[in-house]
Amino acid sequence: MSSCCNCAQASAEALQKAGIDVTLLQPTLDKYGAVEGSLITILQNAQEIYGYLPIELLNYIAIKTGNKPAKVLGVATFYAQFRLQPVGKYLIMLCQGTACHVNGSEAIETAICEELGVKEGETTPDGLFTLNNVACLGCCSLSPVMMINGETYGSLTPAKAKSIIADLRAKEAEGK
Amino acid sequence: MKMIVGKGSCGIAAGANKVSDSAEQYIKDNNLDIDVSVTGCIGMCYLEPIVDFIRDDGTKTTYVLVNAENIKEIIDSELKGETLTKYEMPEVDKQRLEKQTRIALRNCGVINPEHIEEYIAKGGYKAIEKCVTEMTPEEVIEEIKVSGLAGRGGAGFPTWFKWNAARSAQGTKKYTICNADEGDPGAFMDRAVLEGDPHAVLEGMLIGAYAMGSDEGVIYVRAEYPLAIVRLNIAIKQAEEKGFLGDNIFGSNFSFRIRIKAGAGAFVCGEETALIASLEGERGMPRLKPPFPANKGYWQKPSNINNVETYANVAWIILNGGKAFSAMGTPNSKGTKVFALTGKIKKGGLVEIPMGATVKDVIFDIGGGIKEDRAFKAVQMGGPSGGCIPADLVDTLIDYKTLAATGAIMGSGGMVVMDETTCMVDMARFFLDFTCKESCGKCIHCRLGTKRMLEILTRITDGEGKDGDIELLESLALNIKSSALCGLGQTAPNPVLTTIRYFRNEYEDHIYKKKCTAHQCKNLVSYTIDADKCKGCTLCARNCPVGAISGTVKNPHVIDTDKCIKCGKCLSSCNFGAVIVD
Repeated sequence: MSSCCNCAQASAEALQKAGIDVTLLQPTLDKYGAVEGSLITILQNAQEIYGYLPIELLNYIAIKTGNKPAKVLGVATFYAQFRLQPVGKYLIMLCQGTACHVNGSEAIETAICEELGVKEGETTPDGLFTLNNVACLGCCSLSPVMMINGETYGSLTPAKAKSIIADLRAKEAEGK
Repeated sequence: MKMIVGKGSCGIAAGANKVSDSAEQYIKDNNLDIDVSVTGCIGMCYLEPIVDFIRDDGTKTTYVLVNAENIKEIIDSELKGETLTKYEMPEVDKQRLEKQTRIALRNCGVINPEHIEEYIAKGGYKAIEKCVTEMTPEEVIEEIKVSGLAGRGGAGFPTWFKWNAARSAQGTKKYTICNADEGDPGAFMDRAVLEGDPHAVLEGMLIGAYAMGSDEGVIYVRAEYPLAIVRLNIAIKQAEEKGFLGDNIFGSNFSFRIRIKAGAGAFVCGEETALIASLEGERGMPRLKPPFPANKGYWQKPSNINNVETYANVAWIILNGGKAFSAMGTPNSKGTKVFALTGKIKKGGLVEIPMGATVKDVIFDIGGGIKEDRAFKAVQMGGPSGGCIPADLVDTLIDYKTLAATGAIMGSGGMVVMDETTCMVDMARFFLDFTCKESCGKCIHCRLGTKRMLEILTRITDGEGKDGDIELLESLALNIKSSALCGLGQTAPNPVLTTIRYFRNEYEDHIYKKKCTAHQCKNLVSYTIDADKCKGCTLCARNCPVGAISGTVKNPHVIDTDKCIKCGKCLSSCNFGAVIVD
């Protein structure tokens, strides 16, 4: 480990303050920590566990893998998959691929923004929905398409997109 | 009786899981004697979900657009030995399949990708056995050379040449890498192969590894393709259990293992040196070549990188001979190519045809023509790196050279069809927006040049284009092309250059007449109401979100153009065709 004890201690305090339980990441670090070239895999696992990559966690990963924090942040910000902010319970990935664009994905985005009251990349104040544009989901024949928490919705119209979100919201309201 | 549900990603998106859940419940509740199995994508996405029934006498019936309800009806009918014709695949669609020649997609939509036995039953792993037991590595490379197989990922480089370079490179440790980072927005053939026939990719890699003297393989697959990753993992495990992967394959000295690395979402990682950087856990930024990966690649060792579709052709070539492959196609493009047909097309999906067919064959003969029978305007080939082919060049042959002569490229095989309602300036802006976001930032001309071009294009589509903008775009385009390090930057201006070449009048209309003839650019259209057609039903006024429409019942309404935000809601709500867009 290339870190000094001060860094490690400061990192531990920051993590505790942010309420991040690093023991969850330990199996990943045990498996990949010493394997060269595994930084992306570690970040992917971390995001899978915590839902996003808080800066305190990136620091921690840097210390544990012997990388400079700047390098870890550099990798985390290079790839579209990594998020440095938490996302809502439902992550709406709206496809903006070529086929979806040609078939009107822009109108879908407008409709979803209207329905949610947030812009692309933002999360609703109740923490339920995050809207993200993505490059291509590969379901071009069903365009326009969006994916919400792994489920794909195809052949969208603005009205259909709105009703899908309204249904999810109603489901949540019932649950509470 | 056997029931096979098509479960590629698009089948699942269309509801294939709901169909099979419903069918399984129905079979269980009624204690029926039906095996339920899955298969990959047959390529006819517009008919999904697709279900095949194979009766005990071997007859097969294909049902299309199946849902959770009518599947029960179909099961009842099949059990009686009767075909329920109203849900059966129409004759015209069957012919559409017969017009294709399937090599890379030979097993997609046919076998269960999660059962290695089904791949073996189709002659799977026979080609690697033949290589290891009967052929020298040099003979394998020679066979690929005879076949004329060229890289299917975009660049179209001869496969045998890369293999030979990696074989000749110094060193004992060599890597065989599969590029499954299919990033072109509008192409999904690699996903279909990985999901529908993963063993074909593994076998292609095995043959390549044997030819090059490599003992380790890596598949770099897009994280956005979770199902492909699941099926690849299953396939690798099964191949290891059967001894096709591991030590001393077929009792020889040849040993080979494959692992998967999930990409993290960066289009530039389709470039081979960027892909290698990403495999090493770094930011995926390309580097100067030479040294080529064949000499210094992954961890500085000799490495060969081929695309998914390229590998999927290899086993077929070994079993059927290079000559059978090169018998198809044109003098400089051999074999078949898979295209992902999307956009304003009636029958979108995957199509595999021999090289040398025409663009028209694909769009009209197999794709069924343009949606709603609108006028065909152009087709974008090669995604953000390619260009558009206008309607009057629709007889262009599918061949690396003739396509390149139009300004488009074969690319990975994306074909996005556009009709009269597509604005070509907006398309160019769309692609530049993509490449600008995906530029890794290493080369100044790519990083800043694409940004400046995007700004100009945005200005033109916003109605603020200026005299000289077209020339400025052309000059920036040539500078970026000539000074970028990698393929992303070198090709990023292509969509702009081809749309200027074939649709210069549209650019001029936007800039000088402030008109968008396709009515796509909001700032350049205006909405008015035809007083003669308007019945005064008030529907448009009630739907207008900004209260820009005024009028009384049964009297013609008027749109206040100052208030109008051009959302188009009046147009879509009018039942009398009274709203005019210009």
